[in-house]
Amino acid sequence: MGMIIQGATGDWEVVIGLEVHAQVSSNAKLFSGSATEYGAEQNTQVSFVDAAMPGMLPVINRAAVEQAVKTGLGLKAKINNFSVFDRKNYFYADLPQGYQISQFLQPIVGEGILTIDLKDGVTREIGITRLHLEQDAGKSIHDQHPSMTLVDLNRSGVALMEIVSEPDMRSPEEAAAYVKKLRSILRYLGTCDGNMDEGSMRADVNVSVRRPGDELGTRCEMKNINSVRFIQAAIVYEANRQVDILEEGGTIAQETRLYDSVKGETRSMRSKEEAHDYRYFPDPDLLPLEFDDAFVNAIKADLPELPDAKKDRFISEMGISPYDAGVLVAEKEVADFFELVAKGRDAKLSANWVTGEFFGNLKRTGNTLATSPISADALGEVVDLVKDGTISNRIAKEVFEEMFDTGKSASAIVDEKGLKQVSDTGAIEVAIDEVIAANPEKLAEYRGGKDKLLGFFMGQVMKNTGGKANPGIVNKLLKPKLDG
Amino acid sequence: MSLDKATVAKVANLARIRVEEKDLDSLANELNAILGWVEQLGEVDTENVAPMTSVADMQHRWRADEITDGGYQQDVIANAPSDEEGFFAVPKVIE
Amino acid sequence: MSDLTKLTIAEARDGLKASKFSARELTAAHITAMESAKGLNAFITETLEKAVEGATRSDDRLAKGEAGNMEGIPIAVKDLFCTKGTLTTAASHILDGFTPEYESTVTANLWAEGAVMLGKANLDEFAMGSSNETSYYGNVVNPWRRTTDDQPLVPGGSSGGSATSVAANIAMGATGTDTGGSIRQPAAFTGIVGMKPTYGRCSRWGTVAFASSLDQAGTMTRTVRDTAIMLEAMAGFDPKDGTSVDMEVPNFEAALTGDIRGLKVGIPKEYRLDGMSEEIATLWEQGVDWLKSAGAEIVEISLPHTKYALPAYYIIAPAEASSNLARYDGVRYGLRVEGENLDDMYSRTRGEGFGEEVQRRIMIGTYALSAGYYDAYYLKAQKVRARIAEDFKEAYKLVDTILTPTAPSAAFAFGEKGDDPLEMYLNDVFTVPASLAGLPGISIPAGLSSDGLPLGLQLLGRPFDEETVIRTAGVLEEAANFTAKPTTWWRA
Repeated sequence: MGMIIQGATGDWEVVIGLEVHAQVSSNAKLFSGSATEYGAEQNTQVSFVDAAMPGMLPVINRAAVEQAVKTGLGLKAKINNFSVFDRKNYFYADLPQGYQISQFLQPIVGEGILTIDLKDGVTREIGITRLHLEQDAGKSIHDQHPSMTLVDLNRSGVALMEIVSEPDMRSPEEAAAYVKKLRSILRYLGTCDGNMDEGSMRADVNVSVRRPGDELGTRCEMKNINSVRFIQAAIVYEANRQVDILEEGGTIAQETRLYDSVKGETRSMRSKEEAHDYRYFPDPDLLPLEFDDAFVNAIKADLPELPDAKKDRFISEMGISPYDAGVLVAEKEVADFFELVAKGRDAKLSANWVTGEFFGNLKRTGNTLATSPISADALGEVVDLVKDGTISNRIAKEVFEEMFDTGKSASAIVDEKGLKQVSDTGAIEVAIDEVIAANPEKLAEYRGGKDKLLGFFMGQVMKNTGGKANPGIVNKLLKPKLDG
Repeated sequence: MSLDKATVAKVANLARIRVEEKDLDSLANELNAILGWVEQLGEVDTENVAPMTSVADMQHRWRADEITDGGYQQDVIANAPSDEEGFFAVPKVIE
Repeated sequence: MSDLTKLTIAEARDGLKASKFSARELTAAHITAMESAKGLNAFITETLEKAVEGATRSDDRLAKGEAGNMEGIPIAVKDLFCTKGTLTTAASHILDGFTPEYESTVTANLWAEGAVMLGKANLDEFAMGSSNETSYYGNVVNPWRRTTDDQPLVPGGSSGGSATSVAANIAMGATGTDTGGSIRQPAAFTGIVGMKPTYGRCSRWGTVAFASSLDQAGTMTRTVRDTAIMLEAMAGFDPKDGTSVDMEVPNFEAALTGDIRGLKVGIPKEYRLDGMSEEIATLWEQGVDWLKSAGAEIVEISLPHTKYALPAYYIIAPAEASSNLARYDGVRYGLRVEGENLDDMYSRTRGEGFGEEVQRRIMIGTYALSAGYYDAYYLKAQKVRARIAEDFKEAYKLVDTILTPTAPSAAFAFGEKGDDPLEMYLNDVFTVPASLAGLPGISIPAGLSSDGLPLGLQLLGRPFDEETVIRTAGVLEEAANFTAKPTTWWRA
C-alpha cells in the first residue's frame, strides 16, 4: 500500500526514488593499488594517485568492473559492454583531483529490476534505472580542531557503485524494503558488505508528492542517509513538509536537502549548491571500458543463487512456509546456516528450530550468527534427537538453552542429566497409576464429565517423570486408564 | 555566443579563480576574441562523426585487485601547506 | 682536451667507453657552461651536486662495463617531470616548494640508462605558451640573435629552457613535452632537433599534466642520432599509465640507414598558408628537393581539415587543462593563500598562483565544458578532431611520411606577440594537427633566415612508426648540413 497523506484539500501520494551508493568489495581502490579496509589511521591508505599528486594517473581495477557486472546481473539488468568514465568537476576539500571519476552518459549497467518483499508475502517490482562505477571522496572532519577542517583521504578513490532506482516507491516501508532487499542481494553476490554503519552503503533519497494519478511532482533530494530507519523518517518528514507547502498554495523548489537525524527534520542546503555545474566530460586518462560477452558470461556462470530463487526453492522443494522462507533467505549467512542444518534432515522441523529457538537464543545471549556458540551441526543434532524421539520438544528447548550457555553438545547434556525420553510403557504406566492414585477427587470430576482435566493428568505425569516421558505414549496410555 | 561580464564572473567562480572586478571586462574581451575565432569549427560537417575517444587505437588495460600502494602517510602529507597529526588541514568548513 | 660540450651524445658515449674522458669530466664541462650561461635563464633549479654524484656513479658503471645507453650523458629535464627530492614547479607559482616523493617514469628510465641530471629546465607555465614568456621564473632567452640587431629573442615554447640548454651547449640533450608543438617549435627556433613520438610511446606517469589526450614526452638534442639514442632510453610501456602502449621499443638508432629510396613523402597542400613567408616556402621546397635527390618519391596530398586544427586544439586542450589543473587548490601541496573560508582560499590561491595565460585557458576550458555549451564547443571540437585524424589516416594510405615547415616564422623578440593571444596561438599551426591525431613528429634545423636565425622542417609519421621519421630525418639532416651555431654572446 502506498502512503497517502490526507491534506485539507485532498489526498497526496508520495513518490520515492533512491540512489544507493554501495562500496564495492575489493582489496584495492578503483584506480589505484591502495587498500580499502575500514578504520585505518588517517591517510595511511593513500597513494600518490589517491592524493592527486601532479602527474598521477588512474588505472582501473579489474575486480571493481567484475563486481559491477556481477551486481548488474543480480539485478537482472542490461550489461553495457562499452561504457565511459567521465570527470565530474567540482571543488571540495576531500576531493583531491578537483573532479570525481564517474560514469555519466554511458554507465556500465543499464535497466534492471528489484523485487521487494512487503508484509504478508506481498512483493512489488521496483525498476532499476542504472548502475555506474565511481570514486568515493575522502572524509572531512569538522569537529576535531577549533579552527580547521581535517581531511583524511583513506576513502578517496575507493570504488563505489551508484545504483539508481526509478521513482517507483510509494511509501517509507517500500523504500525500507528496497534498501533491505538491495543490501541482501549485494551481500549474496559478495559485491558489497552492506555495512551501513561503516558507510559501505548510503542512500540519496528523492521524494516528491502528487495527487494520485497526476504527473510526478517536483522532487527534493536528501543526501547520504546511512540507516534504513533514517531513510523512513526522512521520507515521512519531507513528504509532509511538501504537502504543507502545496496545501498552502506554495510550490516545491527542486533542491538538495540535508536530513538531520538528531532533530528529525530536513533542511535546505541551497546555500551550498550555488550554481553547480559539474562540466562532465570523458576522462582523457582512461580509455572507454570495453569487454566482450565472454567476460560477462564467465561472471554469470559464477553467480550464486539469489534470495528470490532461494526462497522459491525453500517453499517448493523443502515445503517451508512462505513466511519462514522469507525470514531464512533475507540474510545469506542465515540461509547458508539453515541449509547446513536442514541437510539430510526434516526441513520444516529445521526451519522451525532456526527461526524459533535458535534466533531466540541468539537474542537472549546477545549474539549474532557470526558470534553464535552453536554450529549448524550442533543444532542439527538437536533436531535429530527430537525427530527420533530421544528427547521431547520441551526437553530439547531446555537442552538447547544449556548448549548456548555451556557450549556442550546436545547428546552430552542429555546423557549427563539423564534426559533421555522414557518410551518404556511399563515405567510410564507406573507413573500414570501413581498420579491417578494421588488425585482421587480429580479423577471423580473427570469421570463426572470434566474432560478438560485430561490436561491436568497429562501435566502431572510429565512433571513426575521430569518431563522425560514420551508425551505420545503418555497420551495413549492415560486416557483408557482415566476412563477406567 | 558572447560572454558578458556576469558570465565571466560566473566562470571564474566555477574555476575558483579570483578575478578583480576591474579585470572582468578585459578578460571578457579576450575570451570573446578566442571564442569568436573558434566559431569557425561550425563550418565543419560533423554529421555522423563520432567524437574522438582515444588517440591511439588501443584497448583499456586494467590492474589486478592487489594492494600495491599506499602506507606512506608522511610522504603523502610531506608537501602539505598545513597538516595536523597526519591529516591535511583546511579552513574550517561550516556545514 | 677539446671542448667536451661540443660533442654529440653519440660521440660522448663512444668517448666515455673508450675512456678518452670520464663522466665526471664531461659533467664538469657542462656545469662550467651552465654557470657561464645564467643569463639565458634556461634552468629553474640547478642540481649540480646530483649531477656530480650521477657522473661519479656513471664512471663506476663504465669501469665495470655496466654502462647504460645514456651512461654519463648530462641532460636537462623540463621542469614538468616530477623528480624525487628535487623541486618541481611546472614554472608556476602555484607549485611553490613542491618536492615530489616520486620520480616520473620517463626520467626514471633515463636514470636507469645512466643519464646525469644537470637541472630542471625552465618552460612556459604548465607548458602553456609558445615563447617561454609565461614562466613564473622569468623568460628563457634564445641563444640565437639576429644578425641585424641585438634584441633578445624568445626560444619558443613551451620547452624553451630545454631547447636553449641544448642549443647553447649547456646540456647534451633535454627532455621536453609536446602538447601542440612544445618540442618541435622551440627546436626550430633554436636550431636543434626535437622529436615528439607517438602518443602512448612514452609514459605520462609523473609528468605534470596539461592536456592528457595530447601530452607526450620527447627529446631535444643536437642531432637525429642523438634523438634516436635518447628516445629509446625514455620510451617504453608503463602499466601505471593506462594510455601507454604495450609495444616493444625498437632500436631507433638502427633505423638510421640513410636509405630512403622509394619512400613516399607527402606534401600537404593545405599547409601552404596564405601569406606564408617567402623564406619558409623556399626552405620547404628545398627540403622537398633534398628528399627527392635522396631517392624519395614526392606526393602531393590533401589534409582538408588542417585549418580547423588550431581552433579545435584551443578548445580541447584548455578543456582538459581546466580539469587537470583543478588539483592545484592549496590543500595538499604548493602555494596556499589564506582566505576567509575554503572557497575564498581556493580562489585566492588559484588567482595568485596561476599566471595570466594559464588563467585564460582555464577560463576558456571551464566555459567550453559548462552546461549548455558542451555540445557546441567541446563535443564539436572532438568531432572535428576525429575528422583531422581521419585525414591523416587517408593520407598515410598514400605516403609513408609527411614533410612540412615546423613553424610559420623564425624566433621573434620578447613582447612581439604578447598582446594578442590568438597571434601567439598561430605559432603552432603546423604542429598542432599531428598532436590532435597523436602522430609522431620531428623538427630538424634546415636553414637560416635572412637575418641569420634557424628555421626548421617537420616530418610526421604513421602511429608508432618513429623509425621512418627518424630515418628520413637523418637523410634530411645530412642534406641540410646545418652547422651554424649562435655566437656565445651570453658568456660575456
